[in-house]
Amino acid sequence: MTQQPAIPLYEEVVNGYHKLSASGGTKRESSDLRKARQTAFEKFREQGFPTIRNEDWKFTNITRFLKEEFTIEGLDAAIEGVPAPVVVADPVLVEKAVVPSLDCYQVVLVNGVWDGTIAGGSLPAGVELMTVAAARQDPALSAFFERSAEYGNHHFAALNAALFSDGLFLRVDAGVTADRPLHFIHTYSTSQNLLVQPRHVWVINRNAEISVIESVVSGGQGKIWVNGLTEIVVHTDARLSHTMIQTASAGVRLVQHTTVRQRKQSLYNNFTFTLPGAELVRNDLHARLEESHTESHLYGLYLTAGQQLVDNHTLVDHQKPNCQSNELYKGVLLEQSTGVFNGKVFVHKDAQKTNAFQQNNNLVISNKATIDSKPQLEIFADDVKCSHGSTVGQFSEDSLFYLRARGIGEETAKALMINAFAFDVTEKIKIPEVEVHINELISYHIPSAHA
Amino acid sequence: MLIIKNLHAEVEEKQILKGINLSVNAGEVHAIMGPNGSGKSSLASVLAGRENYQVTEGEVLFNGQNLLDMKPEVRAREGLFLAFQYPIEIPGVSNINFLKTALSEIRAHKNLPPMDAKEFLRLSREKQKLVEFDAQLVNRSLNEGFSGGEKKRNEIFQLAMLEPTLSILDETDSGLDIDALRIVSKGVNKLRSSNNAFIMITHYQRLLDYIVPDFVHVLYDGRIVKSGTKELALELEEKGYDWLKEEVHAKDAREKAAI
Repeated sequence: MTQQPAIPLYEEVVNGYHKLSASGGTKRESSDLRKARQTAFEKFREQGFPTIRNEDWKFTNITRFLKEEFTIEGLDAAIEGVPAPVVVADPVLVEKAVVPSLDCYQVVLVNGVWDGTIAGGSLPAGVELMTVAAARQDPALSAFFERSAEYGNHHFAALNAALFSDGLFLRVDAGVTADRPLHFIHTYSTSQNLLVQPRHVWVINRNAEISVIESVVSGGQGKIWVNGLTEIVVHTDARLSHTMIQTASAGVRLVQHTTVRQRKQSLYNNFTFTLPGAELVRNDLHARLEESHTESHLYGLYLTAGQQLVDNHTLVDHQKPNCQSNELYKGVLLEQSTGVFNGKVFVHKDAQKTNAFQQNNNLVISNKATIDSKPQLEIFADDVKCSHGSTVGQFSEDSLFYLRARGIGEETAKALMINAFAFDVTEKIKIPEVEVHINELISYHIPSAHA
Repeated sequence: MLIIKNLHAEVEEKQILKGINLSVNAGEVHAIMGPNGSGKSSLASVLAGRENYQVTEGEVLFNGQNLLDMKPEVRAREGLFLAFQYPIEIPGVSNINFLKTALSEIRAHKNLPPMDAKEFLRLSREKQKLVEFDAQLVNRSLNEGFSGGEKKRNEIFQLAMLEPTLSILDETDSGLDIDALRIVSKGVNKLRSSNNAFIMITHYQRLLDYIVPDFVHVLYDGRIVKSGTKELALELEEKGYDWLKEEVHAKDAREKAAI
């Protein structure tokens, strides 16, 4: 058992868990869920917070982020077994996240809690949204929260599984195609240091289709540790497009674990954009291709600045034959920032006829920036097509001179080239308003004195 | 328009230009010829402001201003244009956006209001026609996947769009077949006027059949060793460069002996 008494957050969560389990706050949950919380908590307590001695955290040293004290958001309400008090979202934060001229259903959360309102009209029939606070106490839905064993080796995911209280539960009924995208705006704001652990579950049933955009924004004086866990099931023939736009500000430590389970012939498209702001971002994105003939596309773009540490860990887990996966992550590293990309592709013995492609390209703008890129292929089937590539480069002086020789100023030329570098990823976005929004965010964040 | 006085330049501490003198007036077309490695492209690079070249001596005045003090983008905005020998491919930057950005920065520099989208489109169509540039290429990524000839034509299209006063064509004819050469030359001839000037750097006399120069200069070992009219180009075509090289070496030897 690893004791980490020196870490205030460790003590806070251990004490928090004991209070929660001793209280009646979880008594309306199924016994399986309570058992799952217990298992997850024990896993977390055994492992503690990850250090660079853990292979998956080798390049991502979070020690400096663990020095502060945090209190657990919503713990008191969870202990009481009542819904967390609803806080009105800061309109300035919401405005930051809004995608201009995008026609969508807008759902705003404050520190992981949704007040039940939707802007942009009521959801179409067959698209159901509820709070996790309600869903976890519903015997029919409880099973969706009981899979904590899966997160055993993931420190933060285990912590979330032990202590989560709220988030969004989304269900799209079989055969339903949502007419407009859903936009989940996660706002985080606090005056005192806070640990927020949102848990989201999305179930996209047979032959349903939906596009979900998530934005993460923050404000306030206090520091916020967000430890999110999202579980997605994409059933047979269903199609999900999932876009994550992380634009939280400094003071935020964002750890997001997303597991997607794909059933037969399903399609999952993920776009993950991380922009300057949050000092720590760690995304774990796991695509588990549990049945045959699935298709998955993972696109990522990280533009990092300041002292930022942005780590994308992806796993594409080919379990069955005839599945296709395609992954492209691009990084632009400014100032003293650090980027980490770890792309694991696992092809099981059964997964013959797998097509798996992976590419990670990095543009290191400043000579004080760092990137660690690690493609990791483990292939146990013999009839597969898999490829991976990783590059790290700098601005091409020739390209820069060519643009300047046409009268384009150096800064504008660099901005053009960064946009061009990102283009391979941004052009894949199928919603034009989102593509424009992302390009504007990129342009906005290209500072004039970056090197 | 352009006055080059005793220009010396080096790259990586190697002396490349060893005292160039040249004056170009509005309305003139100058051809600069010379064997490989004589410094032709280096001269173009120094004039355009490529940063790995160091000017060690001499000066260059462009419309009365010190050209060498200007950043590459300022030179372009002031009306200098270099058609690259090897145009760069930049995937993800669309040709048309690139030109729009360039034109708006040039106009801002000249205190002109930005061109509206409609006017820009009209101008772009007019110039495409003028230089016979394929409309489909205009919307593609800058030079990406273009053939050698398409890249060179794109240079001339950019030249037409940006309307510089002094254009330096760095071996624009190299890698062109006869048809492409004719199209490129036709474009340049249409753009010639009494207000602008051209410096054509070329290896072969061939280009000069299509674009007839007012002056021909021969560059050898970093200096202009002979200047003349278009007849000089014909003489070079016939006799090659060796006789000139010998002349230069003989002269150098005499000068050395005199010291």
